[in-house]
Amino acid sequence: MSRLTLSGITVRYGGVTPLDDVSLAFESGVCGVIGPNGAGKTTTFNVLSGFALPVAGSVDLDGDDLLAVPAHRRARWGLRRSFQQEQVVRTLTARENVLLAAEHSGSPAADVDRALDYVGLDRPHRLGAELTMFERRLVDIASCVVGAPRLVLLDEPAAGLDPAESEQLLGLITRIPEEVGALVLLVDHDMDLVRAACGTVAVLDFGRRIAAGPTLQVLGSPEVRKAYLGIDEEVTA
Amino acid sequence: MSQVFLARADVRGALVGLVLGLALALGLPALPGVGAGLSLRTLTVCAIYALAAAGVGVLYGRLGLVSIMQIGLVAVGGWVTLRIYHATHLPFEVVMVLAALVTAVVGVLVGLPALRLSGLSLAIVTLMVAGALEVLVTYAGFPNGGDGFLGRASGGTLAAIMPRPALGQSDDDFFRYVGVAVVVVLALLRWLLMVRPGRTWAAIRQGEAGAVSLGVNTVAHRLFALAVTSAVTGVAGALLAASSGILDPASFKAQQSVLLFATVLIGGVFSLLGAVIGGLLFYGLPQLLSTVGVDGNLVFVVLGLGLVQAITTTQAGIAGQLGGLWRRLRQPRPRRPREVTA
Repeated sequence: MSRLTLSGITVRYGGVTPLDDVSLAFESGVCGVIGPNGAGKTTTFNVLSGFALPVAGSVDLDGDDLLAVPAHRRARWGLRRSFQQEQVVRTLTARENVLLAAEHSGSPAADVDRALDYVGLDRPHRLGAELTMFERRLVDIASCVVGAPRLVLLDEPAAGLDPAESEQLLGLITRIPEEVGALVLLVDHDMDLVRAACGTVAVLDFGRRIAAGPTLQVLGSPEVRKAYLGIDEEVTA
Repeated sequence: MSQVFLARADVRGALVGLVLGLALALGLPALPGVGAGLSLRTLTVCAIYALAAAGVGVLYGRLGLVSIMQIGLVAVGGWVTLRIYHATHLPFEVVMVLAALVTAVVGVLVGLPALRLSGLSLAIVTLMVAGALEVLVTYAGFPNGGDGFLGRASGGTLAAIMPRPALGQSDDDFFRYVGVAVVVVLALLRWLLMVRPGRTWAAIRQGEAGAVSLGVNTVAHRLFALAVTSAVTGVAGALLAASSGILDPASFKAQQSVLLFATVLIGGVFSLLGAVIGGLLFYGLPQLLSTVGVDGNLVFVVLGLGLVQAITTTQAGIAGQLGGLWRRLRQPRPRRPREVTA
């Protein structure tokens, strides 16, 4: 069972503090990170990816100090990430896109086909420019499961998809932990997706953690409903 | 990773390019009428500049890096070729490889501090480098068999020229020699674009953050790209030195690098055919204008208009438009449904 712990993480950009002494813990399965815009969700992912350097705090996954690993070495370490704006290379085929992820993470080439089979992408020899948004999201997921990932970060993986496509993507995301044994962190504004995919969830607001725990319990708490969902129990009661 | 993955269409396209290129390189001098518009010597230099153009094209088209120092690097390749030849009298092919390696090192050293820059900043820095190299070769001159580090003949010493390679003594043979060398180098470059380095460069161009998250060391791969494109440009310098045995600093002005970049944009940065077209436009067009009695300086106006056309209509340049035309011609025409008559 994987355990990811962020302890006292603080990130500062000049006078702005997008993460202020945030401590989070995630255990196996699919875990959600939610919060309103500007809450610090993507910054949390950037800390884990190595794009944002915290001025304080530590990150530990099963005894490994993640902050000690340079950003470009983290894929080899077992980190995979998708972005809000999918990053499929338009001038390469879908298969070459997944191959890139395999090559640079030190994964066997044979694993590319397994990853493509996993997402069920049809005709993977098509160029990235020829794929639909949903197919590009599938390529993103395939790149995330290629090799032996330990931690998969999915930043709004269903953005721009219709409900049927989101449903299909949900099935793929929830199967990642059993398929490759990785811990999955999911950032999304689609509460139905978060509710269906995540066993636990952490809520950020203004760079601070305001709640964490089992998804249904957290989403039902008055503080979260007020901060994130804009529902003020006292006023509406 | 031991396995090499190549898309079938890519391999087919590359092989067609290789065969056509070799046929053109070997067969062109024998064709009747060649030399009527542009002399074979001019076409030889056009082919040489296609290599420099390929360097610019790969950096911009594959990595999004604007390098405006390519003509300066051609001068470096030429200088090193002449210096090594006059010092050692090694066979030209060996000298050419050494010149490519030295030019690669120079390209990397120059690029190292500039790699933190991108877009316009990188363009300006590389243009300044081209200016600095122009000043250097103007001051130092090109080696001509003299003594000392600079190898300049002076006083009682007679200036020497570097002979053409054994296989390319006549103009016809030298065209074939250059043609085959250019096709082989472009084929190697094409292969590199189809395997891991090419894929990685494409990922960097798509987005730096995305590439890093895949595990790409973007600095190392950019430096490798600079080394490769500089080496290719060094080969151009070596071949240029071999064409006349001596080089003139006046041919390596910084503004020529700007002109080369413009011609590559017009030719097309996404394919090596674009580099060949760029070489023709860069060196052949001014010669052609002179031949028909038009002032060669008008080339700036003509290329300026061409650049506006290329930027506003297609990013893929003339090569891209030719490719599109070829694909349209090959597509079967949809049959018009027969009118049903009562």
